[in-house]
Amino acid sequence: MSTNSKGPAKKIEHPVLKHFRDDSPGTPHLWCAGCGVGQVWHYTTRAIEELGLDEDKVLWVGGSGCTGRMCTYWHKDFFHTLHGRALSFATGAKLARPELTVLVHSGDGECVAIGGNHLIHAARRNVDLNLIAINNFNYGMTGGQFSPTTPINANTATTPYGNREAPFDLTTLMREAGATYIARWTTVHFRQVINAIKKGIQNKGFSYIEILAQCPTQYGRRNKLGGAVEMMEWLKALSVTKENAEKMSPEELKGKFVIGELFSATKPEFSEYMRSIAAEASK
Amino acid sequence: MILSKSLGAQVKRFKLFVNEEYCKGCRICVHFCPRDAIRLSDDFNSKGVNVPVPSNMEKCTGCRICEFYCPDFAIAIAEDEGSNCEVCLG
Amino acid sequence: MQGNEACVEGALAAGCMLFAGYPITPATEVSEIMARRLPRVGGIYVQGEDELASLGMILGASAAGWKGMTATSGNGICLMQEEIGYAAMTEIPCVIVDAQRAGPGTGIATKSMQGDVYQVRYGSNGDYSIIALAPSSPQETFDLTIEAFNLAEMYRTPVFLLSDEIVAHMRERVIIPEPEKIKVVERRKTEVPPAEFVPFRVETPDGVPPMPSIGDGYALPISSFARTDTGRPVTDFKNQDRLVQRLWNKVEKHADSIARIEVEGLEDARVAVVSYGSVARAADEAVRNMRSQGKPVASVRLITLWPFPDERIREVGRHVKTILFPEMNMGKMVREVERTAGKHAEVFSFPKPGVDMHTPAEIEQAVMRILE
Repeated sequence: MSTNSKGPAKKIEHPVLKHFRDDSPGTPHLWCAGCGVGQVWHYTTRAIEELGLDEDKVLWVGGSGCTGRMCTYWHKDFFHTLHGRALSFATGAKLARPELTVLVHSGDGECVAIGGNHLIHAARRNVDLNLIAINNFNYGMTGGQFSPTTPINANTATTPYGNREAPFDLTTLMREAGATYIARWTTVHFRQVINAIKKGIQNKGFSYIEILAQCPTQYGRRNKLGGAVEMMEWLKALSVTKENAEKMSPEELKGKFVIGELFSATKPEFSEYMRSIAAEASK
Repeated sequence: MILSKSLGAQVKRFKLFVNEEYCKGCRICVHFCPRDAIRLSDDFNSKGVNVPVPSNMEKCTGCRICEFYCPDFAIAIAEDEGSNCEVCLG
Repeated sequence: MQGNEACVEGALAAGCMLFAGYPITPATEVSEIMARRLPRVGGIYVQGEDELASLGMILGASAAGWKGMTATSGNGICLMQEEIGYAAMTEIPCVIVDAQRAGPGTGIATKSMQGDVYQVRYGSNGDYSIIALAPSSPQETFDLTIEAFNLAEMYRTPVFLLSDEIVAHMRERVIIPEPEKIKVVERRKTEVPPAEFVPFRVETPDGVPPMPSIGDGYALPISSFARTDTGRPVTDFKNQDRLVQRLWNKVEKHADSIARIEVEGLEDARVAVVSYGSVARAADEAVRNMRSQGKPVASVRLITLWPFPDERIREVGRHVKTILFPEMNMGKMVREVERTAGKHAEVFSFPKPGVDMHTPAEIEQAVMRILE
């Protein structure tokens, strides 16, 4: 604790720490200096707090990777599953205990590469899950390899000559797949992220909230984007609101990301319509 | 030292709390503070980084951007309930 | 009824609430019948987008308190291996039906083989234990499915029902007892309040920690990282040693109480025919035939393949001079017999790598050659 001048000692704890699991590794956690994952951890708990949810009924699910480990710091039930499979396990838990609020944190690589199949089907089924996808354009935990969202020509651990594969726009993929709430923001837009997570939780269906984030240690360093501060400014510069994007030409939009609340709809929800089958069958 | 408003009205004051153990020196708080109320200290913490310290806390409006943006939950803002100090001690 | 149908009835009798599966011959009937039967008892049938999704959903539901089952064949088991290891590490009960078919690869979907017996035991990464039961008839499929659920709940482990195409599609009479007469076991919960609960601390001699569900307020740290009893991931040898030994021994050390075998005619035998699954039908007939002719032959039927009943098979070896093991594979479980009884008796594998089962005549011929 900082003691820059004398005076009475009055303790103030960061508001996020009351949701934090003490037994987990790191001081306070394992993510790098300036990492966007730590920020989104805070925004997630803030959304839970502002909604006044019963935390014993809030399940955090994750797979592998930096984002996948977010759940292991949640002080209540967490389900740290396998790389790419978080949505399947989360679906099973939701079927057995529909009253749970299920938050799934998944990174860009895990979400749409190895987990791609489960991603599109969870959206198609409209399972009442909240997928918070942190897109930092690479596989951070394993050393910065490229992912299906890495921009063209970017340098990564496995694209030393520049990435040639075109990246997905996951928000359009989710729209086609059937998600009923889609939003994209960046780590810079903390208030909007918190609100989007709240909206996602309140949506009775599959909510996809993508958050563009800085990975200064891997993606940032390899692409000479500077440290966390410079990368956050870079994310701000990369993002274009939905309203502005509508007025821009395709050339102007090249390399930019459309942010905002991008889609919302109402459709029958998976655990509900699956249970209704049982109700009909037993008549 | 704190300067009170000339009209005698009580201005809301804020205190900065920094957990030096947690800070990893990313400087996000310093950069994004809209009031330049935070600067980096000259000393190092046990991790070898310069931690944030208050610089002009009378300018702090309690927006809490530093608190929201800190990836390591190392900086927090609290309302000053009338103490004379610029910084709250933990 | 068909073996696959008997499997569904057994699962329902055991309290299965979720079935998630992917169509694959020769297990598809399990999915189709579940799709009809399970909703009628208030359960949910999900067709997963693949085998990984299917098992993943079962494990998620099980961690949240529901009994679940999936059904597949050898190829599907391959796909599920990472999740099988996950279930073993996180000690989440589940029942996995494997209606074995000819392999390797896509093999012959419509023909039988006993090819997965090692895959279910050792297919995932690292060291762990599982339980595998091998029915020889539709009636036994019904009975053993219930037992599979019970064992899964008791030992907090994946349990395999190792059927094969022959048993799965065989039609025979199945007697389904009244529900009150069926023994159903539930997982052990805890009396300890959440604040004092240590998730993986074991206080009972069976080596199995109690299992509250997600949503019960126990702040469960479920992860397949190597971990301490409190759920903290660690990397040291001491913890790894302790953890892996407990996961291994909780089943292996109880082999004698878990494993079931059927032995007949050992007292006066010089040759024992060991078998399991569909082949046991032929072996059984062959041995009965030979015994009626006064030949000194015994039959040993493995009902439980894993944990392997080391001591009892060793005992069989002490009683006879020779063991013959017909299997519909290149000789797999015979290695376990060699390992145990092989110190006391000569062990002969009789491999037939799929499609055609051994006929009773073939087994008799093999035994006669040994007796001479």
